[in-house]
Amino acid sequence: MAERTQKQKPAPSRTEETVEEAPATAASGEKLKAELDDLLDEIDGVLETNAEDFVKSYVQKGGQ
Amino acid sequence: MAIPKVCGIETEYGIMVRGADSNPVTASSLLINSYLAANYRKVGWDFEDEHPGHDARGFAVDDLLAPDIETNLVNSVLTNGARYYVDHAHPEISTPECLTALEVVRYDRAAEAIIRESMATAAGHLPDGAEILCHKNNSDGKGNSYGCHENYLLARSVPFGRIVAQVTPHFVTRQIVIGAGKVGCELPGMSADDVPYQISQRADFFEEEVGLETTLKRPIVNTRDEPHCDASKYRRLHVIVGDANMSEVATYLKVGATAIVLAMIEDDALDDDWLLANPVGAIRNVSHDPSLTRTILLRDGRRVTAIEVQWGMLERARKYERSHGLAVVGESVGADVLARWEAVLTGLESDRSSVADVVDWVAKQRLIDGYAERHDVRTNDARLKALDLQYHDLRPGKCLADKVGLQTIVDSAEVTAAKTEPPTTTRAYFRGRCLAKWPADIVAANWDSLVFDIGRDPLRRVPMMEPLRGTADHVARLIDESNTPAELLARLGA
Repeated sequence: MAERTQKQKPAPSRTEETVEEAPATAASGEKLKAELDDLLDEIDGVLETNAEDFVKSYVQKGGQ
Repeated sequence: MAIPKVCGIETEYGIMVRGADSNPVTASSLLINSYLAANYRKVGWDFEDEHPGHDARGFAVDDLLAPDIETNLVNSVLTNGARYYVDHAHPEISTPECLTALEVVRYDRAAEAIIRESMATAAGHLPDGAEILCHKNNSDGKGNSYGCHENYLLARSVPFGRIVAQVTPHFVTRQIVIGAGKVGCELPGMSADDVPYQISQRADFFEEEVGLETTLKRPIVNTRDEPHCDASKYRRLHVIVGDANMSEVATYLKVGATAIVLAMIEDDALDDDWLLANPVGAIRNVSHDPSLTRTILLRDGRRVTAIEVQWGMLERARKYERSHGLAVVGESVGADVLARWEAVLTGLESDRSSVADVVDWVAKQRLIDGYAERHDVRTNDARLKALDLQYHDLRPGKCLADKVGLQTIVDSAEVTAAKTEPPTTTRAYFRGRCLAKWPADIVAANWDSLVFDIGRDPLRRVPMMEPLRGTADHVARLIDESNTPAELLARLGA
């Protein structure tokens, strides 16, 4: 059933890995930074233009 | 013996209308009715018997905006076994009963897809330039919260006191894995100056350890006792303490890990190692500390961090897996949940950015910090709060969670199917299939019964008091081979 499509990520074994240094290499760190920069470029384009009004008008009463 | 952890999620979505006057109740009704009209007309869905004011086949926007409509709340059951309705002032979808956390993820995503589609169908009934916006979040940043509630089936025989004592440490600390993140703080007297960013959307709103409330004085453990099934055998633990997640893996771990913890409690395999001195103070403290270094005071005087409690829970779950197996949560799903739970804890400790594709609060924090740095924005700037809101914004092209590279564990074809097809593994199958096949002959559908009108008095009620009866294995052939509901009922012996 449902289990068939899982994209399994190999789980790190705690006993072996938790004491290791952070695994991010310089290369992957730069990649992440570049991705974030691209994302921030995109966000500048899609963020609500009048953030203050948007935030102010966002009121949600009557929830559980 | 632990019983299978039948489970589900009910989510209240944030809603606002722009470009037209409307209140949230009217907007929620319009949203839902427009979806039903677009999708259920063909199969003849009809509310007339239950809700005389709401005929989904013939509504007009003028009717919906009429003042009297506000008293007629929409309440519908979908062919996937879910419930889609107006609750208080929000549109809400309860997933059908599922058997594993992975099924819950599929139906939670389907619910989100239904909301997105509803926004599009509603647009056709609004004045030009007006739109309905829905957010999958839990707070408006102004002290108002709305819930994402989980439900789990438990054996009635488990002492409730044990559940409260042993699940509370998990509810207080699991937010470091599944929190959705929030800019600022909504505790009275505190602001973003005190807490610029916190882990959970909901933590600020909990004021009691245990109780029945859901809208004020919210308790960490909710005592609502409404099992919607055989109350002599079962209870339904109604969990109101979680955030709505954009990350599929977060939803998966929220439900999967909690189901395992509850199974351990049922089997008395969890101890009282982390009885908290002050759970309400602790849930806020944990949320207000994205550095994950603050400690929680235990009743025995020890101090522990949230991540230490989560590691301890995981270790006990591993031990439980070896001693009892994980059949009650699905063996392969359970094993995968444990592996991913461990990966998240490891990542939180060693390399935060490595979990930015699965942990919502980490993904959102990256955005907020990156944006603040780039634009030299200070803590109280509205743009940071706007980013927070927009992470959960379900409009196409606007949803920031769609853009941060979150891992997916269910594919889009499965999600599309789940919008209309019920799970095969619970009684939701019987409900959904019957509604799809005989919509005109069902006068009422509920969690624990279906009422048929087969043309002769009286109405025929089919009770469904066992959540694991009415599955595809039990009734698929019966439904396939019955041409009419009368035939189905005869064959059921009802």
